[in-house]
Amino acid sequence: MTATLDDVSRPITQPAATASDAPPLAVVCRGVTKEFGSGDAKVQVLLGVDVDIPAGEMALLVGPSGCGKTTLISIICGLLTPTAGTVALFGVEQQKLTGRQLVDFRGKNVGFVFQQYNLLPALTAAENAAVPLIIQGVPRKQAVARATEVLDQVGMGHRANSRPAQLSGGQQQRVAIARALVHSPRLLVCDEPTAALDAQSGQTVMELLRETAVQPGRGVLIVTHDHRVFAYGDRIVRMSDGRIESVETKAAGTHAAEGGAH
Amino acid sequence: MNWIAWKMLTGDRTKYLGIVFGVAFGSVLIAHQTSIFVSLMKRTGSQILDITEPDIWVMDKELQSVDEVRTLPETDVYRVRGVPGVEWAVRLFKGQVTARTPGGIYRQCILMGLDDATLIGAPRTMLLGTLADLRRPDALIVDAAGYSYLFPGEPLELGKTIEINDHRGVIVGVCETSPPFITFPIVFARYSTATLVAPKERNTLGFVLAKAVPGQSIPELCRRIEATTELKAMSQLEFVWLTVGYYIKTTGIPVNFGITVMLGFVVGTAIAGQTFYLFTIENLKQFGNLKAMGVSNGRIVGMILFQGAIVGVIGFGIGMGLSAAFFEGTKDIVHLKGFAMPWQVMAMTAVTVIIIVGLASLLSIRKVLVLEPAVVFK
Repeated sequence: MTATLDDVSRPITQPAATASDAPPLAVVCRGVTKEFGSGDAKVQVLLGVDVDIPAGEMALLVGPSGCGKTTLISIICGLLTPTAGTVALFGVEQQKLTGRQLVDFRGKNVGFVFQQYNLLPALTAAENAAVPLIIQGVPRKQAVARATEVLDQVGMGHRANSRPAQLSGGQQQRVAIARALVHSPRLLVCDEPTAALDAQSGQTVMELLRETAVQPGRGVLIVTHDHRVFAYGDRIVRMSDGRIESVETKAAGTHAAEGGAH
Repeated sequence: MNWIAWKMLTGDRTKYLGIVFGVAFGSVLIAHQTSIFVSLMKRTGSQILDITEPDIWVMDKELQSVDEVRTLPETDVYRVRGVPGVEWAVRLFKGQVTARTPGGIYRQCILMGLDDATLIGAPRTMLLGTLADLRRPDALIVDAAGYSYLFPGEPLELGKTIEINDHRGVIVGVCETSPPFITFPIVFARYSTATLVAPKERNTLGFVLAKAVPGQSIPELCRRIEATTELKAMSQLEFVWLTVGYYIKTTGIPVNFGITVMLGFVVGTAIAGQTFYLFTIENLKQFGNLKAMGVSNGRIVGMILFQGAIVGVIGFGIGMGLSAAFFEGTKDIVHLKGFAMPWQVMAMTAVTVIIIVGLASLLSIRKVLVLEPAVVFK
């Protein structure tokens, strides 16, 4: 299978168009529950989560360890199946997709930034950033050329040929951001992107995410413990014990989660 | 994706080389030992294979191999000649004698006595002298390897004498033969000379070599000879397999080689499998990452099989190269002459390597298939 860049990639300043003129909802979760184990060993991690994440915003998902943040983003990305409830990304209900469709949908529409970067150590920065395009069938040379352009945009063009081991943590995270954006996904999911970085690097990464990732038509969802980065969020979703505790937006202040507040 | 698989594999050089070593170790041991076993077994039948003129070998019905001669009365050759469908039949003497050189070297030799009139069973390649010289009194032809055992370090030369059972023989020719199972010199003489110099027995006829008339079915003629003479009659190939079967059944050779080949398989699989598995375990997060980014299980399996194929091909190539280098390097050593790696052994080793790599990949594939892509957030 060979795809072209036009098939899979849009400029990172121009995410995919949506049908409606109104800002679309990037993520809609309704009554999402998740249980692990069975019988006496059964653990309920999510207890009916309702949350909306609009596109064009940077949403932070915060809460204490064990409150279900990671489980929730895994379900939002389609990496885990909820026990009950539904999740829709840009109007596409994940539970209605077959396994293969879900994998394809995720590959095209979701970009990931991980706490530990998860770069392939044997690949250069440009090759690492090109991986999502290669997965979608773009010829390697074309994919690496495109990835080099994106690396330029995140300020890493000069290290395109360096391997991860030759880069600092902050630089690796910038490469990971380039990898997450290279195929212009509609939803960017970041798991503790600053946790492994010093304050200065963390700030740089958050600024970079704001500059490059937050665009009309694209949702950005960041799971974080790091209070220093809360100021960058347009919306802060607080979780506690498997539930949404509150949703705070810059424009409208804090809303309690009860009554389906989003 | 194969490019990413290749980079992941070669990026961890230690494990990559470890897996290649495992496969190479297994394939060199399997190919090398199987080749030596096959060559040794082929040697057991070499004196049968070297005689190409007759279609049928006739022998005592209880005989188990070419090396276990049970003598027949001289009249049996006439009985075989009388069987309808036999074009001709001649005597062949085969025995073991001790030869002594003027220099005082004693060697046990295989003595082949050829029909005086036709010299059927004579060596096909003469290095020195001519077959016709065998008709001279006391004439002997010795194989080149045997000559080097009898006259070590001396150049090939005609006219040298050896003594067999108090009879003087003159070397009138040096020939090329297929190496025998036991590295004894092979001495060719006329039937009359051989029976004269060999220790006396009541009967001296070892085999009757017979040719079928054109168009005659060989198996059918064999059955007819057996029915008429109550002797055993076999085609050349049947007799070779009878001899090979005798050595397989009555010696520890197949067990010893079998154990080594099995060891190659087990150790090769263990090293390659364990290292490949460790490689996969260490890369589980990367595989999870790829799955999260949209790589399907099928493509992940394809990547692992591709990695397996790479190490399989390289390991197999190294194994075959080392085995071939051994046989190439030893081809001029007299007692290792004839040892070679048949293509069938290469093919069998290739199949074994596929099994080794398949088993090694299977463990890894299983681990990756059950991997939840959500592992990327852990």
